Amino acid sequence: MTTHAPQTAQSVTLPASLDEAVAALSAMPAAVPVAGGTDLMAAVNKGLLRPAGLVGLGRISELRGWHYQDGHALLGTGLTHARMGRPDFAALIPALAASARAAGPPQIRNAGTLGGNIASAAPTGDSLPVLAALEADLVVAGPGGARREIPVSHLLAGREMLAPAELIGFVRVPLLHAPQVYLKATGRTGPGRATASVAVVLDPARRGVRCAVGAIAPMPLRPLEAERWIASLIDWDADRGLAPEALAAFGEYVAAACIPDPEPAADGSEPPALPPAVLHLRRTVATLARRALGRALP
Amino acid sequence: MSNDAATESQALDGPRQEPPALGLGASLPPADARAKTEGTFPYAADLWAEGLLWAALLRSPHPHARILSIDTAAAAEMPGVRAVVTHLDVLGDPSYGRLVADRPVFASDVVRHHGEAIAAVAADHPDTARMAAAAIAVEYEILDPVTDPEKAFEAEPLHPDGNLIRHIPLRYGDPDLMGEVVVEGLYRIGRQDPAPIGAEAGLAVPRPDGGVEIYTGSTDPHTDRDLAAACFGLEPDQVKVVVTGVPGATGDREDPGFQIPLGLLALRTGCPVKLAATREESFLGHAHRHPTLLRYRHHADSEGRLVKVEAQILLDAGAYADASSESLAAAVAFACGPYIVPHAFIEGWAVRTNNPPSGHVRGEGAMQVCAAYEGQMDKLAAKIGIDPAELRLRNALATGDILPTGQTVTCPAPVAELLRAVRDFPLPALPKDVPESSWLLPGGPEGAGEPGAVRRGVGYALGMVHMLGAEGADEVSTATVKVHDGVATVICAAVETGQGFSTLARQIVQETLGIEEVHVASVDTDQPPAGPATHGRHTWVSGGAVERAAKMVRTQLLQPLAHKFGMSTELLQITDGKITSYDGVLSTTVTEAMDGKELWATAQCRPHPTEPLDESGQGDAFVGLAFCAIRAVVDVDIELGSIRVVEMAVAQDVGRVLNPAQLATRIEAGVTQGIGTALTENLRTTRGLVRRPDLTGYALPTSLDAADIRIVKLVEERDVVAPFGAKPASAAPVVTSPAAVAAAVRAATGRPVNRLPIRPQSAVVTAG
Repeated sequence: MTTHAPQTAQSVTLPASLDEAVAALSAMPAAVPVAGGTDLMAAVNKGLLRPAGLVGLGRISELRGWHYQDGHALLGTGLTHARMGRPDFAALIPALAASARAAGPPQIRNAGTLGGNIASAAPTGDSLPVLAALEADLVVAGPGGARREIPVSHLLAGREMLAPAELIGFVRVPLLHAPQVYLKATGRTGPGRATASVAVVLDPARRGVRCAVGAIAPMPLRPLEAERWIASLIDWDADRGLAPEALAAFGEYVAAACIPDPEPAADGSEPPALPPAVLHLRRTVATLARRALGRALP
Repeated sequence: MSNDAATESQALDGPRQEPPALGLGASLPPADARAKTEGTFPYAADLWAEGLLWAALLRSPHPHARILSIDTAAAAEMPGVRAVVTHLDVLGDPSYGRLVADRPVFASDVVRHHGEAIAAVAADHPDTARMAAAAIAVEYEILDPVTDPEKAFEAEPLHPDGNLIRHIPLRYGDPDLMGEVVVEGLYRIGRQDPAPIGAEAGLAVPRPDGGVEIYTGSTDPHTDRDLAAACFGLEPDQVKVVVTGVPGATGDREDPGFQIPLGLLALRTGCPVKLAATREESFLGHAHRHPTLLRYRHHADSEGRLVKVEAQILLDAGAYADASSESLAAAVAFACGPYIVPHAFIEGWAVRTNNPPSGHVRGEGAMQVCAAYEGQMDKLAAKIGIDPAELRLRNALATGDILPTGQTVTCPAPVAELLRAVRDFPLPALPKDVPESSWLLPGGPEGAGEPGAVRRGVGYALGMVHMLGAEGADEVSTATVKVHDGVATVICAAVETGQGFSTLARQIVQETLGIEEVHVASVDTDQPPAGPATHGRHTWVSGGAVERAAKMVRTQLLQPLAHKFGMSTELLQITDGKITSYDGVLSTTVTEAMDGKELWATAQCRPHPTEPLDESGQGDAFVGLAFCAIRAVVDVDIELGSIRVVEMAVAQDVGRVLNPAQLATRIEAGVTQGIGTALTENLRTTRGLVRRPDLTGYALPTSLDAADIRIVKLVEERDVVAPFGAKPASAAPVVTSPAAVAAAVRAATGRPVNRLPIRPQSAVVTAG
């Protein structure tokens, strides 16, 4: 006596392997994969999403850990934020661990996964600037055991998309054996979404500094010129220390690159000044970048 | 935390007797604590009836628009939809309101705020109801919203009643007087949402006699019933409001805007209808704290003694009047704070805009002005060059002084004592003995805080708030106490909103009758009215009624014994279920004395009347006042502008402590709500549209944001006109704490901090 389609009509599959999950998605194209559900279920509760079927990824044990492959770690996308925040993981990829610890309250960190953070691609996603700075690649699984790799930045920028029935299986992250820092600014002391976040990683083998700024644009921004300039100042064979002025200049450089001044008008008149809130955001990015680099260097 | 605070406060007051286990002064836990902790307590959202239908409301997506047409045909034809109602189906009064009936049940010709209700649907499943509501075709002609309250004066009337809801020009003393030192300031207070932790929900059940029963978490059931009945076109006795578990209330809950559509659908379909609001609807639908703009000029002599205060206060009421008139009266009357001000000229306005609706949220009016007058006191102290606490002490109000409304403060007003208590309390230690990595810096445990950029600031604020309804409101409550078989029952329509009334009622009966087992009956409108659960009314008025009724039962119980033994009832006492005479000769049990009888008594409490403020803002408008002093200690990262409140030291004027544990939690809750007001809570709008109506966008304080709250002194100077001498305690810390946080941030950064919540950019210190 109700117009509501009962729950049993909804298809829920719980595959045990990545290929089974891909097969389940191929068999039912309208189904939606779900891992921690921290974003998906919020959308369902708001009535924004009514999935015809769900493919639960929680039982795929190969996705819940990581393994090593030629100087890289292949991180399963089912890793929870809570797992990534633990000390053994922090010893491998410190910035990703720091971003996982900063990603919301414990309830969210226990459920939310690395893959979900990438797939949701929220501008405030905490792992995203770290993955962008690490230049991580995504290992995408397709039907018939197919695997292809796409850079995380290509997916976030929409240059390459996931095809139907494809799943992000692993994230390939280089093991750099050098300091990495993730810092975020929020509106409160308790857990909150970032107003701005900065990841800085050092790559001593390539004598590079890589930096990404999150939450201020739809995807993480990379200030490439600022990275090259500061890397050229660092004495990679000695203690790598920098003067405070250089750190401050790096912060300003990053901030100006991510939040540029308005273009001068065509008629040569003064461009309008940035509004105070934007100036504050730029100052926040500069401070975060300066502090992050300062903590990454001795 | 609460235990620490309670013990500390006692330690400060010197040795004290072991608190009693029962009766007044005992830390009796709430009767429903276990059920609430275990998740078995039935809240309104848990209600169920066989064959119930689900309701959904269609709400306006525009802040201001003319409705050209409403077509419900598509919605009504959807399978599963049982009824669609619009303004055409409101058979009684088309509009309602507490003081003025200016708010339509359903918008008919114009929508005046984002989220205003236009139609309601009942269907056999909540999703069907929501989809049907979305299928109602409404043709709008979008109008320019008036969102700046300063422009409301000149704007086209948004409502037939005009845009000015109330204007109070308070004049007190000599307008031409000038002080030697003058400071000016402009202050802005944001829109706080009461954010009840359970969203609105209710169930309406039609009655065979053509009436309807509404089960909901109302905080003012009798007013809600009367307003709903008028809109249904029914007599009040055909409508019954039954109060179910209230999931938190710091303002009005489940007001008629929610109950009337629900009742209409039940009457129309003849079926029980349930409505459970989403969080988004909850943010859009209920009343918020008035966003306020305040302009101040304080005149003082060179010693810092206040000479004159001039102020203009503009309250943004949103589209409808609601409680704005009362909020404005409080704002104007307390515009100078708990200070002696010989001359005051305060102009206050409450105006209509197309912003989200404003109404009663605890401490309304008083909170906004507190943030402003305390900002002025800090400015004055800086200009004269004296300590901010000392400046406040020089001007502190005391019993016998006169408010700018001409009302003499007759109740205890230990303002200076409160301020000295927080000032002299030791400051929290710096975390220098703890490793730096474990410091909790502004920005949180995984934040970006850097010790070198953190500055600590200490700030003071004094707040005052009125208790009970003001300006001639008829304050009355009726309570019945029944005793049978050694068990007492209290029947009173005072709603337990979490403020602790039912625990106090049990303690009052225990104290008076010496009976341990006391139950408090659930509330419905078949009981006599007790008034809304606001302004600490129930501690005072309903508590007073319970005490009187219990005393009458006591007399009924003891009279025959006293008569038999030839002594007066005053010479008999009841403890632990035993009746003994003063000399110990007579001893019997309550059960024996009752002899199987049932004793009942009903009593009323009605405090002394008040009068409205006249055309120059003068009048004895308030029954009682409560005061609070808070010292805030904050850490500010001066580069990022992130703020952490380290400690809030509170001293409060409570009259008498009736339940120490409950009092401590009320104060802690109030202070924490105030931290939210000060730092994060602001329901933002863009041209009248609510931007982020969810708990991610609207940041409530979490346990990490809540400060260490130290209750350093509870001044127990009994208020002779209040039952038991106790003053309600919830609102005073809500009023005072935001101002204290702002003062501390001012001290840490040197920035003016004239806007709440404090934005990070206002707490940044830039070099040069």
